[in-house]
Amino acid sequence: MANSLHIVVCAGIVPDPLQTLEPITTPAGPGLKNEMVLPAVLDPWAASALYEAANLAAKNPGSPQNPSRVWLVSLGPKAKLQQVMMTVAQKVAFELVPIDGPIGGFPDAHSTAAVLAETIAALPGLDRARLLLFGGWESATRGAGVTLQLIGERLGIADQFQGVDEINLRDDGSFEVLERVEGGKHQVSVCAGTPAVLGWATGNLPEPRNNPQIGMANMRTIMPALQKAKAAKLEANGLRYLSASLPRQQRTTRVVKDLTPDEIAAELVEWIEAE
Amino acid sequence: MGKAPGLSVLPIQTCLIFYEEAGISVETRAANSPAPDLDRQTMEVDIACAGFGPAMGGFLTTLTREWSEHPDDPAFQSRVAPGMPLQVLCYERADDIAAGVSGVVTRAQGIRASFPHLYPAEIPLAAEVHRERVLYLLDPIGASRRSALLRLGDFFLRLGGKLAGVKDSAFELPWTPAFLHKHGGLVLSIGQFNQWVGSQLMAAGLVQIWPGTPVSAPIFSGSAGKDVPVEEAVLGLRLADQGVDRTGAPAEGFMAGMDVRARLTVIGDGPVGQVGRALDQRLGTPPGYARREWALGMKFVIELPEGSPLEPGSVWHTFGYPEPEIFGFFYVHPERLVSVGIFVPSWMGDPLRTAYRYLQHYIQHPALWRYLKDGTLRSWGAKSLEESGRHGEPFLAGDGFARIGEGSGSTNMLTGSGVDEAWTTGVQLAEAVVELLRAGKPFNRKNLSATYETRRRLSWVERGARQAENARNGFHNAHGRSSLVRGMIGMALAGLTGGRFSLAAHVPPPHQQIRPFSPRSAEGLKLKDAAALALADGRSLHDALLTARGWPEIPFDGRLLVTQQDALLMGGKVQAIPGFADHVIFLNRELCIACVEKTCIAMCSGQAITLGPDSLPAFEREKCIHCGACLWNCAQSPDGERSNIDFRAGAGGLHSAEN
Repeated sequence: MANSLHIVVCAGIVPDPLQTLEPITTPAGPGLKNEMVLPAVLDPWAASALYEAANLAAKNPGSPQNPSRVWLVSLGPKAKLQQVMMTVAQKVAFELVPIDGPIGGFPDAHSTAAVLAETIAALPGLDRARLLLFGGWESATRGAGVTLQLIGERLGIADQFQGVDEINLRDDGSFEVLERVEGGKHQVSVCAGTPAVLGWATGNLPEPRNNPQIGMANMRTIMPALQKAKAAKLEANGLRYLSASLPRQQRTTRVVKDLTPDEIAAELVEWIEAE
Repeated sequence: MGKAPGLSVLPIQTCLIFYEEAGISVETRAANSPAPDLDRQTMEVDIACAGFGPAMGGFLTTLTREWSEHPDDPAFQSRVAPGMPLQVLCYERADDIAAGVSGVVTRAQGIRASFPHLYPAEIPLAAEVHRERVLYLLDPIGASRRSALLRLGDFFLRLGGKLAGVKDSAFELPWTPAFLHKHGGLVLSIGQFNQWVGSQLMAAGLVQIWPGTPVSAPIFSGSAGKDVPVEEAVLGLRLADQGVDRTGAPAEGFMAGMDVRARLTVIGDGPVGQVGRALDQRLGTPPGYARREWALGMKFVIELPEGSPLEPGSVWHTFGYPEPEIFGFFYVHPERLVSVGIFVPSWMGDPLRTAYRYLQHYIQHPALWRYLKDGTLRSWGAKSLEESGRHGEPFLAGDGFARIGEGSGSTNMLTGSGVDEAWTTGVQLAEAVVELLRAGKPFNRKNLSATYETRRRLSWVERGARQAENARNGFHNAHGRSSLVRGMIGMALAGLTGGRFSLAAHVPPPHQQIRPFSPRSAEGLKLKDAAALALADGRSLHDALLTARGWPEIPFDGRLLVTQQDALLMGGKVQAIPGFADHVIFLNRELCIACVEKTCIAMCSGQAITLGPDSLPAFEREKCIHCGACLWNCAQSPDGERSNIDFRAGAGGLHSAEN
């Protein structure tokens, strides 16, 4: 029997990490200077989840009566979501479920999870028994690392996997999951079937090529969805940040020729130990 | 022909009937890419657009607005997707529409006409121009290569000191002609402006803009290699192949670039865009056409130190330093940001001309450094400017296509204005398209000429272009040699007489503007030694050459004064999406090997071209910011006009939103 999957990918948008990011304190808490000016990208961890979801759905198309479907649920300012979709929509086929919310990576994870879970639960046509809830294991913004689990709990999904690099679906509906564990190894688990939550690491798929036809097909549903995006207000729930800072960057450019690998390694070790 | 699920794609034969109905001659469906045609998908749209910049912004904004105001107008019904509105797709090479590379000052006449209630604060980093200065910069170092006449002038200015108005080694012109003024205009970040325009367009829902999607070529109705009739039609755009190796040969994950067939193809891909240049090669150019004047604009975006007295909207133009041929600019944005940069023109015949190192010396000039010291470099960028103005105007329209923006020769080189003109040409084309749609007329040469071209000819863009047409002649004399003083006189003459008078000149092709380098002269030998040492030490070539010429080393501080490679990593890195072919091609290896000047290396903005084995230039796509400077900084030519470097379709480039 062909597996028919309902995959919901939760993916936030983040400021393009290639830009100059400068943390500041705003009246609403920590933020980035000129954040609305910065272009946004789909959170790279969640993007891996989206590509894996599309790949899985393509391999398991279901039946004409019960086709596999991929939803992308994203919370962020509508204008920014629209901008990000100009690139993402060319890559894989999905149905966008936008939620017009605040920018920034500092809202309370519980509030975010509540809004996302409520939205997912209300998706028309979603069969929660066939649900695979995908998302990023980490985030390129704040990395709270709990939002996806909280959504799963709110939706009553007990089987959760984090740091996933691979999923192999079996004909009987069960699946094998490879999760990252210490020492660069994978833990192999077998789950009896959906529903389940999978927080993706990088996966194994390359970023799909831009395909204009996929983009055009996606846009026919994305633009109306964006126009109808409901607004969400995230409660702070008493959350207060004392400080926020970017990871310290250090770059020293030096051109050196004819160093042996051993010498390069020794210098790197010396540099790391000095940190 | 491929078909995506849920897409309404008409059979190609049906589409061709449309063209024939439209009076467009259709000979064959073959396109002109050397890549295999197997599995090449085809998509039918109404209007296909190449490049998203100010011109395309003006076109799509005007078209979208007209449709939004008349949603039930049958003129806006798609012919390729019945029951749907017009299918308008725009493809952009850069991986984000905000990844522009210009800070500009513009009178914003056309932009304000499109947005009559524009409030500059709506656009990030935009400010109204409120103060303009023109500064002549003296050389505080003594390394600048000035003529005897300039040195004499400098001597008297220094002698006069403050009494003569000299401060910080700069002399502020007490009066500037009106044609240079931008008062009341806007200081803009084109990256932010594009983003602001693009988001409104996408929200309207009529237009799709796809970044990260380079267009490799127009699709012609005639078969490749055949004698080309001028009446040949353009049938759409072919997107670049993906999943190819550096040479363009299919590799892992090969996906042939899609053919996007359209009733109208709008080309706004700029002066070095592959589509526009392919049209010129295939269809020819109008009599008198000569695209021979260029400049590389390179700039920093710098965050000014706390307490800076500079107000947003302050605009400075400079000349005289770091070299007499290099003009400079200084535009103050809100948020304590400033765009500061230089223009290195093609008429600066020095074969060792460069940009990044000169830019570092420029910002350290006392007149600028007083404000920039303690600032922080936020981003950096560069772009080729096509400075031939009306001389570089190609055929504006033909069967199935129209050209807008800088690549259509709209830049006014007298007023130093291009964005507003580009925007306006887009608006004019959109008005013409709406008129033809409503009249049910096809997009052929005759109709586009009667509507778009006529609008353009009757507009302020054309009047300005006429006045500016020969304004830059003075920079070249009758023998093709360059001269700053003569050039300034020529500019003034043309500007003050509305273009009625100008100096005569012979403007040679760009490769002939590069003076031959004499490796056996005293300076040549010195520079040759410096180059050899630089190569041995792994230093960049142009850095070593300027040092050898007496320019002091840059005192790197890691914040504002950084190496060029570090600048590539600050505030918007270079993107090179894998799976695309190299877009910089050295056509004739023998010419490159024999080339002594190798100006392409010194002028490469991103140091993406270096000296490789066998004296051949080597190209690294991962460092290229797509400025296009290599295209006109080549001292060799295989045919006497074009350079020995081809600049093809490529994805990525500089990725900075603050430019």
